[in-house]
Amino acid sequence: MNVKGYLTALMFAPTVAAAQGFAGLGTTADGYSLPDPGTRFEYPADHGEHPDFRIEWWYLTANLDGADGESYGVQWTLFRNALSPEGQPEDQAWMAHAAVSGPEGHLHAERFARGGIGQAGVKAAPFEAFIDEWQMSGPSLSDISLFAQGGDWAYELTLKADRPFVPQGAEGFSVKSEEGLASHYYSQPFYQIAGTLILPSGDIEVTGQGWLDREWSSQPLAEDQTGWDWVSLHLDTGDKLMGYRLRREEGTAYTVGTWITPDGTPSPFAPGDITMDARRFADVDGREVPVAWAITVPERGVDILADALFDQSWMPTAVPYWEGPVRVTGSHPGRGYLEMTGYE
Amino acid sequence: MTAAILSALLSHWRRKPFQLATLILGLALATALWSGVQAINAEARQSYARAAEVVGGGGLDELVHLGGSPIPVETYAALRRGGWRVSPVVEGWIFGEGGRVRLLGIDPLTAPPDTRAAEAAADLGLTEFLGDGGAVLAAPTTAERLSDLNARVEPIDGLAPGIAFADLDVALELLETEGFSRLIVHPEQPLRQAPIAEIAPNLERRAPDAAEDLARLTDSFHLNLTAFGLLSFAVGLFIVNGAVGLAFEQRRPVFRTLRAIGVTSRQLVLFLTIELTVLALIAGALGIGLGYLVAAALLPDVAATLRGLYGATVEGALTLSPVWWALGFVIALLGTALASANALWRVARLSPLAAAKPRAWSRASAGTSQTQLILSALCLAVSLGALVIGGGLISGFLLLGGLLLAAALALPATLSAILGLAERTAKGPISEWFWADTRQQLPGLSLALMALLLALAANIGVGTMVQSFRETFTGWLDQRLASEIYVTAESEAQVPDMLAFLEPRTDAILPIWDTEGEVLGAPAEIYGVVDHPTYRDSWPLLHAVPDVWNRIADGDGALVNEQLARREDLAPGSTLPMPGGWETTVTGVYSDYGNPLGQVIIPKDILVARYPDVERTNFGLRVPKDEIDAVRTALVVEFGLPPDNMIDQASLKAFSLQVFERTFAVTGALNVLTLGVAGLAILTSLLTLAAMRLPQLAPVWALGLTRERLGRIELLRSLVLAALTFVLAIPVGLILAWVLLAVINVEAFGWRLPMMLFPLDWLWLGALSLLAAGLASLWPARRLASRPPADLIRVFANER
Repeated sequence: MNVKGYLTALMFAPTVAAAQGFAGLGTTADGYSLPDPGTRFEYPADHGEHPDFRIEWWYLTANLDGADGESYGVQWTLFRNALSPEGQPEDQAWMAHAAVSGPEGHLHAERFARGGIGQAGVKAAPFEAFIDEWQMSGPSLSDISLFAQGGDWAYELTLKADRPFVPQGAEGFSVKSEEGLASHYYSQPFYQIAGTLILPSGDIEVTGQGWLDREWSSQPLAEDQTGWDWVSLHLDTGDKLMGYRLRREEGTAYTVGTWITPDGTPSPFAPGDITMDARRFADVDGREVPVAWAITVPERGVDILADALFDQSWMPTAVPYWEGPVRVTGSHPGRGYLEMTGYE
Repeated sequence: MTAAILSALLSHWRRKPFQLATLILGLALATALWSGVQAINAEARQSYARAAEVVGGGGLDELVHLGGSPIPVETYAALRRGGWRVSPVVEGWIFGEGGRVRLLGIDPLTAPPDTRAAEAAADLGLTEFLGDGGAVLAAPTTAERLSDLNARVEPIDGLAPGIAFADLDVALELLETEGFSRLIVHPEQPLRQAPIAEIAPNLERRAPDAAEDLARLTDSFHLNLTAFGLLSFAVGLFIVNGAVGLAFEQRRPVFRTLRAIGVTSRQLVLFLTIELTVLALIAGALGIGLGYLVAAALLPDVAATLRGLYGATVEGALTLSPVWWALGFVIALLGTALASANALWRVARLSPLAAAKPRAWSRASAGTSQTQLILSALCLAVSLGALVIGGGLISGFLLLGGLLLAAALALPATLSAILGLAERTAKGPISEWFWADTRQQLPGLSLALMALLLALAANIGVGTMVQSFRETFTGWLDQRLASEIYVTAESEAQVPDMLAFLEPRTDAILPIWDTEGEVLGAPAEIYGVVDHPTYRDSWPLLHAVPDVWNRIADGDGALVNEQLARREDLAPGSTLPMPGGWETTVTGVYSDYGNPLGQVIIPKDILVARYPDVERTNFGLRVPKDEIDAVRTALVVEFGLPPDNMIDQASLKAFSLQVFERTFAVTGALNVLTLGVAGLAILTSLLTLAAMRLPQLAPVWALGLTRERLGRIELLRSLVLAALTFVLAIPVGLILAWVLLAVINVEAFGWRLPMMLFPLDWLWLGALSLLAAGLASLWPARRLASRPPADLIRVFANER
């Protein structure tokens, strides 16, 4: 999964946001399609838009090693948000975030666009997702180039994956709460990346690993779900671990995830199979954010700590959140990405 | 001691409540007129600023189409994909029940930061704003005017008045147009961008002009108002000066006594300063209140003027900042200081042992008159310098101010010379005494007379300008509005049928097609015309090549309006670069009053060929007078044309004249107020003199002139002085008018008007000023006539 994409909804229904879950994601789905457990993904068609659903995103994070010996993190995200259920291009609004985290700091940019005028959109094959000059495109979603930029930085990366896309949850039907709210969700956690970061201090050649999340839904959060803490981890064994914890107003949380073997076989966890506990807090932009998490999956003997590489990986965007690379230590060392919302 | 001094000083006001009232009233009036005008200016400027900040806080560059046509959506998308953070704006007029409103279509998703409308849209919820059926946002007063608009209108506080905002899609639909008017360039651009010249070679990046334009266009108007406010303030200060002088003069014995019993001159000045400060604060508060009323009363007219003349929208309601209130008090205090500095100075130098010199205050030495003449010459030199060196509005006003001051300063010497002449030709002792005594009184009255001269000269000058303008404007309207009916089709599709229908029913159908573009660096209107006797007979050409209309018929040449010609120094024969990168030749210059923009008229076929996007829905119809109504009715019945889409010549003229009248309504009101203030100044001066003149009058009375006769002589004296001042004000006023017409108007509006004389108006004004002076002197004269003889005898008994 990757609940973070629901952020976009806040932009479009701010007046209800406070009352209806984080970022308005608890808004009801009148007139839109609802996720169906019987749906099976069809590639490449499902890489494209699903305009009968209210929200959808293409979400890529990458852990990179620079030629300078430093570790970097990169984010590229495109959100689609329907303004009405009619499903026409002009009924869509688009939002995108991009960021580079590194020793120099956290660089970020944000874009918005209306649909139907050629400013933003997604095509399944050959794959193309774009907003303004930012783009993720290539012959297929397994072979893409990626570009984004801000005022004084940019990145140009090529991503290749030789393994299948991985459905999350029950064959891609990802349940988000006890009430059964859900989304369609699949990932590509096996990207190998090479390219260049253009930073204020100069260009840096990088290589590394990437993780793409694709998700669409219409009302993924319960009204009282206030935010989430989410990780996607590349373990040194070649296994991948995705886990998230959806927080409720009253202080409880709904914690689930998926274990993905090196050949791409997913094993979803039942609620509670995975635990996530905050271990370290950092003062970020005037608020306390848990930047290190103890994660256990007892049935797989996993007992690890995911610790932020750069504590200040804050996205001060229209809907602010924390998103940055982590180092994994403990029983299964590795690296990955951490995202936390609702700490406003 | 302090209490004793205070009580001694203040008892004066208890005994002379009228004097107190005059002092406060004068100061309050001066403050009121000044702060009223400032309030109007501030309100207007605030409105411009808000209008300018509509998109991206103002000051952002824009991309516009070189030829002035709309920017296609594809071009916008290509720019965004080329790395350009630009945001589209579509602009036009919508018509509601309460008049037309400027509609701005914006894209809240890409709008630059500080776009107030985008913030309002986000507050409302973007789903309420975006796409079909999205809300139209407007300030509450503007929203009221759109009550019958075919869209959901949301009133939002704090939006610029007169402007409605909608999402791009909504605006494009309401305006029935396609493509964007301009693209705002976001202040922060990304690292890599493709050159605009490659993506969109037809677009040009330019600095914002709307705000600056509005400020530039309206500057002259506000400077005008400010000048008037300043004039009123100056005249008001004459009153204060008179009142303070009187109060000090009458308290002279008290001052002397106080000094004699040990009050130091420093203490005395301190107490008097405190007294004046308190009075100034009271008067300031009153003045600010009055100023608010003046501003509130004049603002609707000013707003109408600005709308009619410049298309600038100003909210009809006043919102005043604390700074304005504070400034009002500062002005009142400064004014008091200025008006009473001289009197205080004299008190400071007063010797406790000095014998009473009742005339000391009023009698100015011959030196003063000479000093004034020198100052006058200096002012004249400055103003002539401004005329020779200057350029620009400021130097125009410098010229104006210098001339007025020079005239005012030269007044006492001139009057003195005239009175001296009269004295020499006078026969009989009473007549000789009359002239001599009048001349002797001049120094005491000179300030009030200067005020009167200023007020009268301003009246004559401004009156002459307004009347000249009115005459010229009316004649020009007759020429310019030659067609009997002006029609706007609802769409271009409707046009062919409509023309076919009108053909047999009209004498001629004249297309009035236009577009907008940048000519020589400033926005201009470009019109296309066909050759027709209507133009040949009546177009108001100022200069032209002989075969101007033949050349238009041949598709050659361009006519430019006077303001463009003056600004760019164009004359028949000049080469004129046109938007879209082609050139034509100026073949004529025509007058175009009331238009703040440059205008170019080219042959219609050329217009259509060069600017294919021109609006082709406007036509002028030549119709025999008795068929006007029939044609109008037919258009409504046959084509369902809304009556608003047709306007006949008469209504258009009436409307134009109405705009004109409202433009000068404010000027007229300020004129009358200034004259009133001058009248009051004379009254206070005469009152001051009356009290002091007893020692001079007593001997004359003792020689056998009755008090009644003396009273009549006093009245006559005022009338003679007012009449002389009035006669002298006429040439000053005419020079003023000439400066206004030939210098200020040209600088401010770009057109020069012929000067016409209206002697009948002067007669009225002369009568009015005599009446004012007469009324002002009636009371002192009556008091003199009914003075107990004992008072007059007492003059001989002691020296006060």
